Amino acid sequence: MTRVEVQQKVLSENERIAKTLRETLVAHGVYCPNFISSPGAGKTLLLERTLALFPRDVRIAVLTGDIQTDNDAQRLARYGFPVRQITTGGACHLDARMVERALDGWQLDSLDYLFIENVGNLVCPSSYDLGENNKIVILSTTEGEDKPLKYPATFSRAGLVILNKVDLLPYVTFDLALAKENVRKVNPNVEILEVSCTTGVGLDAWYAWLERRRAASLQAKPVFGAI
Amino acid sequence: MHEMSIATSVLEAVEAEADKHGGAKVTKIGLRIGEWSGVDPEALRFCFEALAAGNQDGGAPAIEIDFRPRQNRCPSCGTVFALKDFEIQCPQCRAEVTEPFSGNELEVAFIELEEP
Repeated sequence: MTRVEVQQKVLSENERIAKTLRETLVAHGVYCPNFISSPGAGKTLLLERTLALFPRDVRIAVLTGDIQTDNDAQRLARYGFPVRQITTGGACHLDARMVERALDGWQLDSLDYLFIENVGNLVCPSSYDLGENNKIVILSTTEGEDKPLKYPATFSRAGLVILNKVDLLPYVTFDLALAKENVRKVNPNVEILEVSCTTGVGLDAWYAWLERRRAASLQAKPVFGAI
Repeated sequence: MHEMSIATSVLEAVEAEADKHGGAKVTKIGLRIGEWSGVDPEALRFCFEALAAGNQDGGAPAIEIDFRPRQNRCPSCGTVFALKDFEIQCPQCRAEVTEPFSGNELEVAFIELEEP
């Protein structure tokens, strides 16, 4: 028997593709958030609201992942921005190769943002780097406020947590303060935004967050050939 | 439940490694899996069994899993401690801010090959 030390990440191939994607997106000045939540937390509606109300001169493209159907792509295509559906055919998450394939033929130079809507799932998407700038995790008030403690891997990797459906707070038992406390237990410094995609509360803060983060990522980007 | 894709990725990595050694038969795969890796060790074992059931040559490799608990390290005094109830304060020097040390691993640690 021969023992061979391997010491290799299981998802090293995914990470290699994600790294290339990230470099490509950064080089083209595209800001890319990866939206993760359980099914029904409001990912697609948040994207619809963003496509409908963001300043019109901003150029956005969307990749939306689902196990089956192109319903989300149809919903999102109404806003006049390029949208592609990734149908995983059973897989519970997107991986970097699916994103790489879906981007084929798109002129990244002509984009400011690439939104990736992951498959609705709080477990598996957290393992797969898609080359995004940030993972944005959405938790809605119709879920339990202990979700961050039940799915710490996902919440700990979030660059932003959006607490959605705050318009329903008077009608549900969701404890907003406790939810925030739980988010901070697994991710002490993460920003948290309170939003209702139905009433529009908090959306201005969300747009401002996106613009701020994109501006920061452009500043951090090395400029080649500049005098 | 993405353990099937994880198991497939493991087998690809292992196959590539075994090829470097003349395609010797793999008898054991050693994995390192963190508590916060998002992968359930038992579900992963089940997937290896399911994948091996489709093997024609039989004799699936044994799977050894080194499960790594979520641990933090204190930058002030160097203490490494297991996180209980998400409490990140250093139990030794009471420093408030400590850094993740282990628990995110998802790695192939080693393989064992049959002697040629």
